Amino acid sequence: MTVRRAGLLWLGLAVLATGWAFHYLALDFGGLLTGAGRDAMRDYARGFLQPDLSPAHLGRVGQALLETLAMSAMGTLLAVVLGLLLALIAAGAPAWRAVPARGLANLLRAVPELVWAALMVLAVGLGPNAGTLALALHTTGVLGRLYTEALENTPATAAEAIRAGGGGRLAAFCYGTLPGVWPQLLSYGLYRWENNIRMASILGLVGAGGLGQMLHIHLSLFQEARASTVILAMLGLVLLVDALSQVLRLRWVRR
Amino acid sequence: MLSANDPQRWPRLGWTLLALALLWPALHLSELNPAGLVAGDSARAMAGFLAGFWPLAHDLAFLALVGRATLETLAIATVGMALAVLLAAPAALVINRALSLSALAAEGRPGPWGGLVRWPLRGLLIVLRSIPELVWALLLVRALGLGPTAGVLAIAITYAGMLGKVYAEILESVGPAPARAILAAGGSRLAAFAYGLLPNALGELLSYTLYRWECALRASVVMGFVGAGGLGQQVELSLRMLAGGEVATLLLVFVLLVTAVDGLSRILRRSLGVGA
Repeated sequence: MTVRRAGLLWLGLAVLATGWAFHYLALDFGGLLTGAGRDAMRDYARGFLQPDLSPAHLGRVGQALLETLAMSAMGTLLAVVLGLLLALIAAGAPAWRAVPARGLANLLRAVPELVWAALMVLAVGLGPNAGTLALALHTTGVLGRLYTEALENTPATAAEAIRAGGGGRLAAFCYGTLPGVWPQLLSYGLYRWENNIRMASILGLVGAGGLGQMLHIHLSLFQEARASTVILAMLGLVLLVDALSQVLRLRWVRR
Repeated sequence: MLSANDPQRWPRLGWTLLALALLWPALHLSELNPAGLVAGDSARAMAGFLAGFWPLAHDLAFLALVGRATLETLAIATVGMALAVLLAAPAALVINRALSLSALAAEGRPGPWGGLVRWPLRGLLIVLRSIPELVWALLLVRALGLGPTAGVLAIAITYAGMLGKVYAEILESVGPAPARAILAAGGSRLAAFAYGLLPNALGELLSYTLYRWECALRASVVMGFVGAGGLGQQVELSLRMLAGGEVATLLLVFVLLVTAVDGLSRILRRSLGVGA
């Protein structure tokens, strides 16, 4: 009974909050659905109905698509290396090492990719380099944390045996720890790559290269037909990645 | 690592070389050049900008602006989610198989006519959620002008697509027996939904909606970057003016806001007895 009463209370609060939010934003949807507003919307939407499929434009979209994929791949790869480095510093380490490493990972993770991208555009200029670095920075934070946990949850016995047998730290890590943990590291990396492909396609909206930058340019020039092709390419990319990851997951993920 | 004691050394070398061969063009295409971060002019500009992060901007006028932007962000996420739920709930009722009358006769397999309605709607939901919210926001900003309306609609569109799909999946995943019994006894579909499916699915539906509300909040911050109102728009303005202190304050507020909302939704879940 208390759960039901709490439920009603929260429902009331949620309705109130939503009502307040509507009021606060002073939204005017009526203008969208009537008169000049509606006509303008219709004309705008109509511009997207005939995507520009000329070979020259398709070629440029293809180039941007490859650039997007390359940004996501390089950003993720860089993040795998840096994240592993952070994890090696933080995992099971004394506080003076673990606390700064974890703090750095949390900081990198807390700032969204798009904010990093805007910062990187300021730092290294427009283009895919900024997007790649932004993806790498955010993903380093995410993977750093996940990898730390993965390493801490790996049994240390094999590595200890190698160390006890006179092996060096590198050998102990490569042959003792890594074989047990690398499937997990790899699957985290692939999961983030999947995320980053989607993200890479929109980072360009702040000037960081790839499909997003192309979309931004065409929309700014009021070239709806060309922008429409870019949106279709983004849609295709997302659907393809979704389908691929579903197939791979069904095949390889053991539950 | 090519130690002679390693029986796997040649396959490993082969895979590494293959990966390098595939990644080389990617390195070229992505123009990756971290050295750009520390080279000459840009490093100096960046250092100046970062040095401006401290002290945080804290004059009253700016803080009032931040307060308004934060409230606007919360309002955008909330209204967007409310509209998304209004769109998604009927869609989920239509596309889920648990309430199909024809499925009742054919051992859970819906008839061909229902499919004519279900599949186009499913396809529409896929398109709505597969175009990123940021792209919707940009498109709507071009049509409606700067401001929160574009952000609200972008969230409503994308999240309606996500919620519709997940709501339908949740309704299909709870045991269908009570709903089938009601349908078989001649009850209406609405009754079958309200008394057969909802009692078992409600917890999961609420918990997923809360989770999406958190996501909507983060998304609404980011959407400000293309001019859709809220904190993000303020971050973008401050970045353009290279006002480091303001950017730092805004990022701090953003992190605090996300943490607070995280905590709030945890409290909500616990008091409703749903999810973890």
